[in-house]
Amino acid sequence: MSDVVLRTRRVRKEFGKGAGRVRAVDDIDFEVAAGETVAVMGPSGCGKSTLLHLLGGLQRPTGGEVVLDGRRVDEMSERALARLRRDRIGFVFQAFHLMPELTAVENVEVPALLAGRSPRAARGAALELLDRVGLADRTGHLPSALSGGQRQRVAIARALVTEPLVVLADEPTGNLDSAATSEVLRLFDRLRAAGQTLIIVTHDARIAATANRLLSMRDGALVDQTLLAEVAA
Amino acid sequence: MGRYLLVLRLAWRDLRRRPVEAILAVLVMAAATTTLTIGLALHGVTDHPYEQTRAATAGPDAVAGFLSEDGTPPKTADVDAVTHLPGVSAHGALMPLAHTTLAMGGRTATVQALGRSPAGDPVDQPRLTSGAWVGAGSVVLERGFADALGARVGDQVTLGGRSFHIGGTAVSAALPAYPSSLCHLLCFAGVAPGPNAFDIGLVWLTPADLATVQERTTPAVVYLLDLRLADPSAAPAFAATHGTLPGRDPGASGPFLLSWQQIRDADAGVTRSAQAALQVGAVLLALLAIAGLTVLAGRRTLEQTRRVGLLKAVGGTPGLIALVLLVEHLALAVLAAAAGLGVGRVLAGRFTAPSAGLLGSPGPASLTGTTVAVVVTAALLVALAATLLPALRAARSATITALEAPARTPRRHGRLIALSASLPVPLLLGLRLIGRRPGRAALAVLSTAVTVTGLVTILTSDAVSGRGTGGLHNLRTERLTQVTTMITVMLLVLAAANTVFLTWATVADARHASALARAFGATPSQVTGGLAAAQVVPAAVGALLGLPAGLIVYRLVTQTSLTMPSLAGLAAVLVGAILAVVVCTAIPAGVGARRPVADVLSADAA
Ligand SMILES: Nc1ncnc2c1ncn2[C@@H]1O[C@H](COP(=O)(O)OP(=O)(O)OP(=O)(O)O)[C@@H](O)[C@H]1O
Ligand SMILES: [Mg+2]
Repeated sequence: MSDVVLRTRRVRKEFGKGAGRVRAVDDIDFEVAAGETVAVMGPSGCGKSTLLHLLGGLQRPTGGEVVLDGRRVDEMSERALARLRRDRIGFVFQAFHLMPELTAVENVEVPALLAGRSPRAARGAALELLDRVGLADRTGHLPSALSGGQRQRVAIARALVTEPLVVLADEPTGNLDSAATSEVLRLFDRLRAAGQTLIIVTHDARIAATANRLLSMRDGALVDQTLLAEVAA
Repeated sequence: MGRYLLVLRLAWRDLRRRPVEAILAVLVMAAATTTLTIGLALHGVTDHPYEQTRAATAGPDAVAGFLSEDGTPPKTADVDAVTHLPGVSAHGALMPLAHTTLAMGGRTATVQALGRSPAGDPVDQPRLTSGAWVGAGSVVLERGFADALGARVGDQVTLGGRSFHIGGTAVSAALPAYPSSLCHLLCFAGVAPGPNAFDIGLVWLTPADLATVQERTTPAVVYLLDLRLADPSAAPAFAATHGTLPGRDPGASGPFLLSWQQIRDADAGVTRSAQAALQVGAVLLALLAIAGLTVLAGRRTLEQTRRVGLLKAVGGTPGLIALVLLVEHLALAVLAAAAGLGVGRVLAGRFTAPSAGLLGSPGPASLTGTTVAVVVTAALLVALAATLLPALRAARSATITALEAPARTPRRHGRLIALSASLPVPLLLGLRLIGRRPGRAALAVLSTAVTVTGLVTILTSDAVSGRGTGGLHNLRTERLTQVTTMITVMLLVLAAANTVFLTWATVADARHASALARAFGATPSQVTGGLAAAQVVPAAVGALLGLPAGLIVYRLVTQTSLTMPSLAGLAAVLVGAILAVVVCTAIPAGVGARRPVADVLSADAA
């Protein structure tokens, strides 16, 4: 297998204390290689989102290690984490989380501007990505003027604008109807083909089917790993 | 570079999305910056007229005074000792001065009657503005005093029981113009200023006439000697070195020395009370602005929290996020400072005309670099006070919690809820609302307390300055009244605005709870009553705190003993403040309580 981009060792996350304690992620070990697409599935509340947040440095683990690109995410300072999210990670959320007051292209630019790109370079990259996700004619629209599928494609473009090492997507089609899901699906397929490392949490079997590998979770733990691509081969 | 573009873009879009709130925020801060600007712009506005007057009247560089208990002139040796002091280059004649009472058409005033030779002197030549210089039976009034008295050339006045004819009016730089007469002579004599002691008129007459003025007040006679110095700028040092001070040399009879700079500063007294009122007013208005801004900004915490979560998720550092949250308010503060400087400069012009006792016109109310810096800094501090803490807290918040923030879950205050259960329904609902958002109730207390403090201070100052002007028109009191009226209006408008903001925010917050209360059988008027009670209870607390605070502020600022305003006046302020809050609350509360229950409940479920 090629280079490992992301690796966890006995990573664990607990919420609450005393009798109300919940172990959302329970001693998970796994690795993701560069260019791999991994789908994470499991019942509601089993800890999928929490795992993704730990991988992306949005939350700190209670124990264990998360290593991204050779660096310990779990030990980083707030500022270093911010820089890591900015430069190495792209997030896609179920609820899109676009800024309502910014147009499509301005939303896509945000991470590039945060990363210190010049306004001109950021705008160029944003326009190119919007073109790639099929929204070249919607660049000046506010999110409120876009459909759900279009909003999610803007969010995906935003996740890609800094050319991240890994894209983490949490139920990217959870709020979308079937037609919009297909659009997003095609997009992920193209990303996989282009060699983008992707981790997608999903309830949708069609999305999962585009992955190289499927992780199943239950009660915070990994219960199964299937190498889909090899099965298909 | 790109980062700052992003910060500015986010701030600008946010402002454009809510222009009304942005304008309100600017207005709220501009009230404070305007008041501050006027207060600062009044500094030194009478200096220029004084210097013009001094040039036109060959004003002395220093004035020496000798106290005379029995009316006899000081010994020649004592006078020579002064005229031969190093630095003295010329001097005028020894002039007798008596304190007495002037009456005209039912008005009376304490005056200084100064005996001047009809021939005039080389130093200190009062410039006639009408009529003729002193002669037998004919006196000249200082122009500012004549104006205040409503006296004209040809009128008859009674001076210490003797009747005189007003032969002319004049201006002089040797003594402060009415109503800024300084207590220097009285104070030098160790005589406590009596009623009207600060507002003493000046009358010139011949020494022979002065001798016929029998009825006098203390100190009966002082002799004055005008001095010209080789270095006028050194006059304060000269006075300090060679002058007698009543405290230092008890029982000494002179020489008491006064520099021209002290006279100039006494002439500035006409704006000094107004300036002090403006500075206190600016502080109170700034506090109200902080309360108002806090409420305005606090209405949007939920939205801001999500924005913070999002910026964090895509890699914004805590510092950048705090900047995004602050920049908007700081920009509004700069706008408010600019507005305050502009409006304040125009309004200051209304308070700068000098007393008729001085020649020339004031310099235009100029905005010095210091004024601009002070006003901008003050505005920025107001904005920071209202937004810095929430911004820092947001910048440190956990990303995911922020991103998925639900409407803020209110804190429960068990004891308050238990207490309120035994109360009438509106009070019960009101207390529970207060318990949900104690911070907001604290802002309501602050807002009313500050307003009442201001009103009580003003009431007290009017009670004092309205006294004992002997029916004379008093420029200083008039200025003070103008200024305090302006501050009162601004305080009331800001307080009303704050109350409306607070009620709005409470209504928005309590929408769901109120709808539930109605679903369980509370009537709309009980709910309105509850919303109103949530404002009125803190307002009443604030008003009660404001009463003593106002008296204390007055005492601290004026350093004079307190004259209690009438109890009726205080009660009126208290009741008025509470009634005003009821009125300002009723409208938004009433609108909020009447929205159909189902609408609210289903809207909140979405
Ligand atoms: N901030 C939190 N505080 C307390 N418990 C939490 C928190 N976040 C998650 N949990 C708990 O951790 C567990 C895992 O939650 P998580 O959101 O990761 O599940 P999920 O697999 O993403 O579910 P879904 O498919 O519904 O999104 C759940 O039991 C949840 O209640
Ligand atoms: Mg989830």
